Amino acid sequence: MSRSRLEILAGLAGALLLVLIAWGVPWLRFVLTIALAKGITVLGILLLLRAGQVSFGHAMYVAIAAYTVAFVAPRMPEVLLLLPLAALASTAVGLVVGLFVMRYREIFFGMLNLALSMVFYSLLEKLYTITHGTDGIRLPVPTFLGQTLTGPTYEWAVFGIALVLAIGFALLVRVYLAAPLGQALAGIKTREARLEFMGVPARYVLLSAYALSALMAGCGGTIIALTSRHVTPALAYWTASGELVFIAILGGAGSVLGAFLGAVVYELTRVYAAANLADAWQLILGTVLLLVILFAPGGLVGMAQGLRRRKSA
Amino acid sequence: MSVLLSAQDLRLAFGGVKAADGINLDVMEREFLAIIGPNGAGKTTFINMSTGHLRPQGGSITYQGRQVLGMKPRDIVRMGIARSFQLPQLFTEHTVLENAAMAVAAREGTFSPFRPLLRPAFRAEAEALLERFGLTAAAHQRADALNEGTRKLTDIAMAVAMKPRLLLMDEPTSGVAAADKMAVVETLARVLREAGVTAVFVEHDMDVVARIADRVAVWGQGRIAALGPPEQVLSDPMVQRDVIGIQPGGGAHAAA
Amino acid sequence: MMEWLSDNGLLLGLAVLDGLASAAAIFMVAVGLNLVFGVLRILNVAHGSLYAIGAYTAASLTAAMVAAGLPAWLSYPMLVIAAALVGVILGPLIERVLLKRVETQEPVLQLLVTFALFMILEDVQKLIWGVQPVSNETPMQLLGTVDVPFGADVIPFTAYQLFVLPGIALLTLVGLAWFMRRTLTGRVIVAVTTDREAATSQGIDAAKVTMLTFTFGAALAALGGALASPMTSMVPGIGASTIVLSFAVVATAGLGQIEGAALAAVMIGLGRSIAVYLEPELEVVIPYLIMVLVLLVRPQGLFGVTETRRI
Repeated sequence: MSRSRLEILAGLAGALLLVLIAWGVPWLRFVLTIALAKGITVLGILLLLRAGQVSFGHAMYVAIAAYTVAFVAPRMPEVLLLLPLAALASTAVGLVVGLFVMRYREIFFGMLNLALSMVFYSLLEKLYTITHGTDGIRLPVPTFLGQTLTGPTYEWAVFGIALVLAIGFALLVRVYLAAPLGQALAGIKTREARLEFMGVPARYVLLSAYALSALMAGCGGTIIALTSRHVTPALAYWTASGELVFIAILGGAGSVLGAFLGAVVYELTRVYAAANLADAWQLILGTVLLLVILFAPGGLVGMAQGLRRRKSA
Repeated sequence: MSVLLSAQDLRLAFGGVKAADGINLDVMEREFLAIIGPNGAGKTTFINMSTGHLRPQGGSITYQGRQVLGMKPRDIVRMGIARSFQLPQLFTEHTVLENAAMAVAAREGTFSPFRPLLRPAFRAEAEALLERFGLTAAAHQRADALNEGTRKLTDIAMAVAMKPRLLLMDEPTSGVAAADKMAVVETLARVLREAGVTAVFVEHDMDVVARIADRVAVWGQGRIAALGPPEQVLSDPMVQRDVIGIQPGGGAHAAA
Repeated sequence: MMEWLSDNGLLLGLAVLDGLASAAAIFMVAVGLNLVFGVLRILNVAHGSLYAIGAYTAASLTAAMVAAGLPAWLSYPMLVIAAALVGVILGPLIERVLLKRVETQEPVLQLLVTFALFMILEDVQKLIWGVQPVSNETPMQLLGTVDVPFGADVIPFTAYQLFVLPGIALLTLVGLAWFMRRTLTGRVIVAVTTDREAATSQGIDAAKVTMLTFTFGAALAALGGALASPMTSMVPGIGASTIVLSFAVVATAGLGQIEGAALAAVMIGLGRSIAVYLEPELEVVIPYLIMVLVLLVRPQGLFGVTETRRI
């Protein structure tokens, strides 16, 4: 079986498995919805990693969308309008910021993203009259096509949207990475000068990926806001950005499935472990991140492929 | 024959070193012009200035009458000037075939986010290109796993894929194994002649120069010391002494 | 304008003094960051954590010293001892165990390794010193305040922030410039920074130089933290804000610029402290606003030089 068909089958099997778990263990529905939202966001981190760039501030785009939902929902609670609106807000900011950060690579790229997200976090925290500071904003119950849903029906609706978006973006990113535009991202990492001498503006190649990553983070942020129905500045804090980078590396940079595998493993572990290990959570994440980078650079997907190869050998 | 590229009174100094000190040079349509001279004389600098990588402190370079200076590399290549590099500039995580296909896609200007890079049309053109360069066997090797000669040829093939009218090559045969050199040169010359490309190349191997160049320019301390057909320039005693390193009545030193 | 000045002049004067003091601390961190980047070509994201750990260590040592009934003036050497301890223990450890292992890897992986380290150190610091604010007042109280004349008025300002902090920063600036230009070790570091391969072929032990420089850079970050410890209270998160702030200084000045970093630190320190008095909500925005404005005009920073890549 070809690798790409195997990957698509594995993805569909994974999606089915998620639905089954969400159906069998109702309280995990919430966790899995968040995991899908983060997986969608991590797809954007993967695109940037493909170009050899890492953003330490992408939680900002999650937070922009989440706060957009929080501000607009009281006036217009329709989810099917909130989603595109919030995603658009993140994309628009991503385009403007992107035009600036595109001039930089590597550490400058990473740190400028971090700095901007820290500014955004502080503003969320300090502009109390608008954002209610660290108390955050609670969302009213939104409607789907005018219907007010409650309880499990609402949870299933948000889960369904997350799953559809996850599958859609996963396919989109696969197609994008195989196309010249996506291939040129790897070209930025290995030989940016050549792109310019071939007539390709490298900055705009990166900008397109950056804007797409902001769009996906915006969708992720919308789902998170709809799921938790409470947005706080913590969404934009650097630890949230670090988490996204962590998931990307854990799942396996370069693999679309890895983003979701990493996100699900991460969220499930967090549910069980974070309560007991809250004080040392970043410590554990950092240590696992180091171990993966040093000893299993392919992440979870790489390990799975290694196992499969060993079996067939 | 008409003038394709014209450099006028080019001046550029790095610190105290004059790479170009009032260079005047016309490149004629469809000729093969070799640039020879000692290391550090400014030969590569000329290519860098013509392709937008470096900007001279004075003078002008026109291509088909249009000023090139001040333009970005990516706009210059769109006018029809492509280049290859002394140190091959390949996408090291891609295969040779993908490298070639990237160049084809770049030339087509269709950086669509949806259709695959290796779509049938691009793939076919890239494969045909590799075949012309004798690179078919290496097509599926990653670019960081190639030997120097193959990297060099891939680098040139990518420049040729741009379908340029003018191709500037920086030491196209350096790194190519001595035994393969002439075969590579013959292939290259044939491909370029077939495509009607004008070529300027910096070269240290005088056998290569004598074999394919129509004219030779000798670059010395930022000036053109001699210019003319190879048989005339290469037999000039001054050129033999200073550039080729033949002592009067003695054997040849390896040219640097 | 005049009326505004007479109303707010004193505050403005205070803001300037405050700004200079915080510029001094941030300069120490930024210059260490620059040094390390020079030899390793890695901008260490965990550098801010070393600042935080230096600050906490200084507070702990001073507290232990006071508890043991030792004379208060000993709190000054304690600041330096704290910095040296952090540098000498953590510096070689981080460089040898982590950074050396990834020195041939892609830049993005090196960056991620220092980021992972940053995550780890942030929690280590919380586990050791807790989440409640910690302060280190002894050195500040000891020197008391000085009346700084300001027009017709005087501003009472702590002597520590007025003299000790800027003094040490200035000493570091001058000392470092002298060290890099005039001493053999300094020249060796410069040689490794400019061209590692050439330096190695000249018989320089680049690995040793790298470790020493990293240790020194780490100690500078810790010293910045130790010196700042008397004037701020330490809370979780100072490591994160310090790394982005010192990055802002380095980016504004241009990578590798020592004197430039001093000037950028003053600009950013002043900008921030003036914002505190005028529009407190904007305090956090100002340093990055300065950075972004500078970078928009000069992408390589105020004093940075652009290198043309050889192709």
